Amino acid sequence: MQKRSLVPILYIVFLLLPIYWLLNMSFKSTNEILQSFTLWPHDFTLDNYRIIFTDPGWYMGYLNSLEYVAINTVLSVSVALPAAYAFSRYRFLGDKHLFFWLLTNRMAPAAVFALPFYQLYSAVGLFDTPWAVALAHTLFNIPLAVWILEGFMSGVPKELDETAYVDGYSFWRFFFRIFVPTIAAGIGVACFFCFMFSWVELLLAKTLTSVAAKPIAALMTKTASTSGYQLGLLAAAGSLTLIPGAVVIYFVRNYIAKGFALGRV
Amino acid sequence: MRKTVNQKAWFFVLPVVLLVAFNAVIPLMTVVNYSVQETFGDNVFFWAGLRWFEDVVTSERFHDALIRQCIFTALVLIIEIPLGLVIALAMPRKGPWVSVCLVLMALPLLIPWNVVGAMWNILALPDIGLLGRSINALGIEFNYTREPIAAWFTIILMDVWHWTSLVVLLCYAGLVSIPDAYYQAAKVDGARPWAVFRYIQLPKLRHVLTIAILLRFMDSFMIYTEVVVLTGGGPGNATTFLSIDLVKTALGQFDLGPAAAMSLIYFLIILLFSWLFYTLAMRNEAR
Amino acid sequence: MIAAIGLKDIRHSYVAEPRSDEDFALKRMTLDLADGGAYALLGPSGCGKTSLLNLISGLLRPTEGRILFDSTDVTDASPEQRNIAQVFQFPVIYDTMTVYDNLAFPLRNRGVAELEVDRRVREIASMLELDAMLDKRAAGLTADGKQKISLGRGLVRSDVNVIMFDEPLTVIDPHLKWQLRSKLKELHGRTRRTMVYVTHDQTEALTFAETVVVMKDGEIVQIGTPIELFERPQHTFVGHFIGSPGMNVLPCTVEGGKAVLAGQPVETINAGLWRGNGKHLELGVRPEFVSFATEGIPVDVVKVLDIGRHRIVEAQQAGSRLKMLVPEGVSVPTGAAHIRFDPLHTQIYEDGWMVS
Repeated sequence: MQKRSLVPILYIVFLLLPIYWLLNMSFKSTNEILQSFTLWPHDFTLDNYRIIFTDPGWYMGYLNSLEYVAINTVLSVSVALPAAYAFSRYRFLGDKHLFFWLLTNRMAPAAVFALPFYQLYSAVGLFDTPWAVALAHTLFNIPLAVWILEGFMSGVPKELDETAYVDGYSFWRFFFRIFVPTIAAGIGVACFFCFMFSWVELLLAKTLTSVAAKPIAALMTKTASTSGYQLGLLAAAGSLTLIPGAVVIYFVRNYIAKGFALGRV
Repeated sequence: MRKTVNQKAWFFVLPVVLLVAFNAVIPLMTVVNYSVQETFGDNVFFWAGLRWFEDVVTSERFHDALIRQCIFTALVLIIEIPLGLVIALAMPRKGPWVSVCLVLMALPLLIPWNVVGAMWNILALPDIGLLGRSINALGIEFNYTREPIAAWFTIILMDVWHWTSLVVLLCYAGLVSIPDAYYQAAKVDGARPWAVFRYIQLPKLRHVLTIAILLRFMDSFMIYTEVVVLTGGGPGNATTFLSIDLVKTALGQFDLGPAAAMSLIYFLIILLFSWLFYTLAMRNEAR
Repeated sequence: MIAAIGLKDIRHSYVAEPRSDEDFALKRMTLDLADGGAYALLGPSGCGKTSLLNLISGLLRPTEGRILFDSTDVTDASPEQRNIAQVFQFPVIYDTMTVYDNLAFPLRNRGVAELEVDRRVREIASMLELDAMLDKRAAGLTADGKQKISLGRGLVRSDVNVIMFDEPLTVIDPHLKWQLRSKLKELHGRTRRTMVYVTHDQTEALTFAETVVVMKDGEIVQIGTPIELFERPQHTFVGHFIGSPGMNVLPCTVEGGKAVLAGQPVETINAGLWRGNGKHLELGVRPEFVSFATEGIPVDVVKVLDIGRHRIVEAQQAGSRLKMLVPEGVSVPTGAAHIRFDPLHTQIYEDGWMVS
């Protein structure tokens, strides 16, 4: 082993420590947590997880989160596809300004939009539904998806389009039969990022929901603060939120490097 | 790529424009509207001109939050960018360990932000947290709920933990895209490792580093959830950054006018910085 | 300073633990390159020529065998220690540096005094006609300009043992290819450095090199001057690969020391040497050495293609097709005709290899 591989190894250990501590806590009883300092659970228990899986007040939170994340991902990527195609292939009135304006929305602090969103989605009757959160998250996810997809599409030579037209394909048949499969990796990466930013964002998700559509992570903070010092339960709920992310990363593991450069290295 | 002029392309971007406009333009108009009016409740509004803007710009509270925000963002950039670069350089380029490294490194990026806060909360607790207890065991007084320095230390460490991977992954993507021939030519030319870094890797990483700095700037400038969960902006106001201050004003005190004015100033600062940095980076590239 | 290069019994595999012969990208070979020669490694994609080049430069370490520069064993030496220069398929330049700094880079890395650096850089720049753009950023140059810089970085060092070229003209516009190629030839004449040029293009190889090494499937099939490769291909592959159109290869038999084709005896240079142990016998003759005759082997003329000074005639002979080159002024019969082969340029091949 080379000396320099020590750097990534140390870094990964540093990354895993807090995660380990969270898992460690989640398998401890409240007694053990409060009365002793132990590096691993001596009094191993699954009680914390049992509470979460048997109480709909808890597990519905996960389903709510996954629901708006899924809606947001599908919506963002499907409207971003044709737009990214237009930006990568055509010049049209105001194209550059439009592209820049889209990107500025990625720079909008959620804190700025929290209150106006609350009023907007209350006014249109979507407050406390997954749709409110899904739509709100398109604010930063659509620009991101357009940007990523445009990068991948610009890497596909225009000759592909022209050959298809010469071969007698109509535009939409070409788009779905040839073009979309060609940039499948880019679509995967765009989905990954939409999932990621919708899954991790909470200020808006919390502001736009109250009971019915409350996301898990928001629920977690609330429960932890109102029902006293239930650290074990809090840790268990937190540990469970790691799973969707880990699953998604596993699926895109071979595209991570290229994906994080947003297709434009 | 050569592009053809086609005004019909507007139909392709229309759904995106409508959705983003709905989400961006209407709320922004609401904010602008509030920022120039005064209300005493019951939906009665009076014209307030630029008073709120003057208030915000001259308010000490805003200045403090802005200064804290700038220090925080500067620290984050100073630590995360070089650290991410060093880790990316040390990573293996081929072999089975690459995927393992990348997957593990990407993990913090996919954890909900308040879970990140909660996780570090648990880790840094002075009595039962691994980090807090270890530091206290070294004989250093450490309690992030009471001492500003401990709070800052914990928050910076948390952000480094949370986001350095983004820089690593970006740089790594840039590094693997450098053709082997460059390294071979450097070997043949007798270049030392430092020269390889300075004349091959760094120039080729320009683009991804620009993206990394831009993203880290924007996101650290907008940080909210993690800090609220960890310290709630305290102790005192020691870790009250712009977003936290804004939410306190808007949702906590319901001071809509000042909050709206502050929102606009905040948004403009981010846009201005991003635009300045991007323009400078691109101008250098052109030269 | 300049050295003769010897590869002794080398083999190379990209597999960690090669078991069968299949695992070797380069089969066992011994090759000597003389001091100051101009060599080309010629072969189709994937024949191992770039691997061989990288073994010489030290970017790869052979799985087996030794590499000698004169009598020094350099098998374990790095490219830097071997003192070689290499020009790659795609131009490699240091983007942030000027053309001048690019050329000076290899010298400065070796701690050469700045005065000497300046003298060498200016000398090489004028040789490559880069003088006018010395102060420009290298990133702004065209592909051929960049490739000239790569080349210049190799030439600038006065002590290199060998300069290697890995398909250096791939990204160069066709009309500039010819220019750069003659530049290379001229530079070789002026500097008399050993040069090794890898290519899959026979024109490049034959015009540049004094000696051409033809490779196929990780093996050397023939080493020779361009004329030797043309007139005496040692393997039917060389006959096919070099020449346009390639050599005709026709199945035949040998009876009593004479080749027999279509029931007719054919004069060859080597049928008498055949000892009758191979399975598969073929007769090889280049289109240039086939002509129409009043009697001889009967054929049917199938197609005539006019390419200017010559016509390529395709004729059907029993089960196989053959091509012949007919000069201007000679009439081409239609339908049935007879042909003869030039006895001095007709060879017999046994399992692909020339009988000797």
